[in-house]
Amino acid sequence: MTIKQSIGQDAINSKGWLAAHKWLFLRRFTQLAILGLFLAGPLVGIWIVKGNLTSSLTLGFLPLTDPYVLLQSLAAGHTLGLTALSGATIVAVFYALVGGRVYCAFVCPMNVVTDAARWLAKRFNLSKGWVPQREIRLWLLGATLLTALISGTLAWELINPVSILHRSLVFGFGYTWTMVLAVFLFDLLISRRGWCGHICPVGAFYGLLGTFSLIRVAAKKREQCNDCMDCFAVCPEPHVITPALRGAESGTGPVIISRDCTNCGRCIDVCAENVFTFDLRFNNQAPIISNGVKASSTPSSRKAA
Amino acid sequence: MNKIEPSAQDRVTRRRFMAKIARTAGGVGLFSMALGLFTRQARSLPALALRPPGALPEKDFLAACIRCGLCVRDCPYPTLSLSSFGEDVPVGTPYFIARQAPCEMCEDVPCVKACPTGALDPDMTDIYKSDMGLAVLIDEETCLNFNGLRCDVCYRVCPLLGEAITLERHHNQRTNKHAMFIPTVHSDKCTGCGKCERSCVLEKAAIRVLPRHLAKGQIGEHYRLGWVEKDKLGHELVPGIIDLPDRLPEARP
Repeated sequence: MTIKQSIGQDAINSKGWLAAHKWLFLRRFTQLAILGLFLAGPLVGIWIVKGNLTSSLTLGFLPLTDPYVLLQSLAAGHTLGLTALSGATIVAVFYALVGGRVYCAFVCPMNVVTDAARWLAKRFNLSKGWVPQREIRLWLLGATLLTALISGTLAWELINPVSILHRSLVFGFGYTWTMVLAVFLFDLLISRRGWCGHICPVGAFYGLLGTFSLIRVAAKKREQCNDCMDCFAVCPEPHVITPALRGAESGTGPVIISRDCTNCGRCIDVCAENVFTFDLRFNNQAPIISNGVKASSTPSSRKAA
Repeated sequence: MNKIEPSAQDRVTRRRFMAKIARTAGGVGLFSMALGLFTRQARSLPALALRPPGALPEKDFLAACIRCGLCVRDCPYPTLSLSSFGEDVPVGTPYFIARQAPCEMCEDVPCVKACPTGALDPDMTDIYKSDMGLAVLIDEETCLNFNGLRCDVCYRVCPLLGEAITLERHHNQRTNKHAMFIPTVHSDKCTGCGKCERSCVLEKAAIRVLPRHLAKGQIGEHYRLGWVEKDKLGHELVPGIIDLPDRLPEARP
C-alpha cells in the first residue's frame, strides 16, 4: 500500500493553490482578526472590543457573552446579570444559526494549537494513539455543570484551557504556556485530534447549540467523488462525512447534519472534484430509491469513522 | 433457529455497551471529584488580594464572576488586574494589591458599571459605602506615630479624612511630656481602598488592608457592655445597687 505523498495535491493541481486553501485561509484570518480586535485595545489603544471571549463589550454597546460560561454560572447559583444574559442570548442565537462548532473552527484560539499538533503528527507519521469515545466530551460537559452546581463556583473555568488561553493572550500570559503545551503534546503524542475531537466540553456545548443550525456543508455533487479520501484525511471529525458522502444508496441526503461538524470547510478546499459546498440544512433532498420510499434525512452519524 | 442467535449477540453487545458506559462514567466521575477538590483548594483568596468595590461576598463572587476583565478595562488606574494562570488568586478573577496600587475611589465607580453579571453589585453606587476590606494598624512597633512622631500620612491620605482614620491622643510614656497621635481605624467608615497602606512611609507598611473576616473580632452574642445598656435604658440597669469604694493596690497593707 502506498501512502499518499500529499493530501490535497489533486485539488491544488486542478483548482490552483489559492482556491485549494480558501477556507483554511479564511479561517486563519478570522481567528487572527478576532484576536486582533481584542488585542488592539491593550496593545495600541484602539478600543473596539473590550474584555475577552467569556464576555466582551463591542463599540461600547454590544454585549457578547459565552453561553457556556453563563450556564456554569447559573449552575453555580448566580441568577442575576441582565447584560450577560442578553449577551449570551445573542451569541447562542448566532451559533445556533451558523453552526455551533463554527466557534471551534473560526474563533477558538486553541484550534491553532491543535491544528499545529495535527500538522506535526502528520509530518512525522505519528500513530493515531489513544482513541477516546467521542461521547466523552458530552459526559465532561455534564460533569463541568454538575461540579459547578455542587461546588457553587465556576469550577471548570479554573482549568478550562480554552478560556484561559484567550484570556491570557489578552490580559497577560503567566503560566498558561504549561497548559497550552499540555494540550499540544496530548494531541501530538497521546491522542490524534484528542482535545478538539474527543475531550473538549466547550466544543461539546457549542456542538449541541448548533444541532439544528441552518448553515451546513453538503456533499452536493457526491456522484463525482473519486474516493481519493482527502476529505477524510483533513477532516477534524471524519465520521461526519460518511453518511452524507456515501449515503446515496441508503437514501441519505447529501447535507452533513452531524452536530460534530465544525463547518471549517477544509473538505471543500481539498476536494479536486468540487463535491462539497456550503448549503442550508433544508436542501437535503434524499434521492428516491427503487421502492419509492424517501429515506429519513437523519442518518446515524455515529456509525461512521 | 436464527431467532436465538441475534438475541445472544444482542446480550454481548448490551454487556459491552454497559461496560463502555460504566468506564466513561467512572472516568468522568473521577474527573469531577478531582476538579471539585481542586476547587475547594483554589477558592481561598490570599490575605492581601482585595476584590474591586461592590464585589459580592467571596463565595457568591466566585459563582457570579465570569472572568471577562471588563472591570479591569474600565478601571482608569493601574489598580485592577486579572489573575493569570498559576497565581494564588483564582484564575481570571479581578483583584488588587493595595500596597502596589490602591483603589482610587472614583465617584462614578466605572468598574461596577462595567460588570455584565452583577458579580460587582450594581446597587453599589456610592463608593464611600463600599467595603473592599478593612485597614488594620498591624504593627505598632514600627508605626512612626506609635513611636511618638508626627507622620500622620495614613490619616492624611484617607479619602474619608477624619472619619475612617482618626488620630487619638495618648500620653507618651517615654518622654512623659508629649502626646502620641495614634491612627485609629473605624470599621464602620473604612472602605478598604488601601490608600493608607499604599502611602505608609515605612519600608513595609505598618497599616494594611485585610479582608474584613480577617480583620474584625466579634463579641459574643450574649455579651452586654453595661455602660452602653445603661445609656440605652436611660437609668441604672439594677436600681438601688450599692457602689462600693474601689480598693487600689497601693491601699493594701
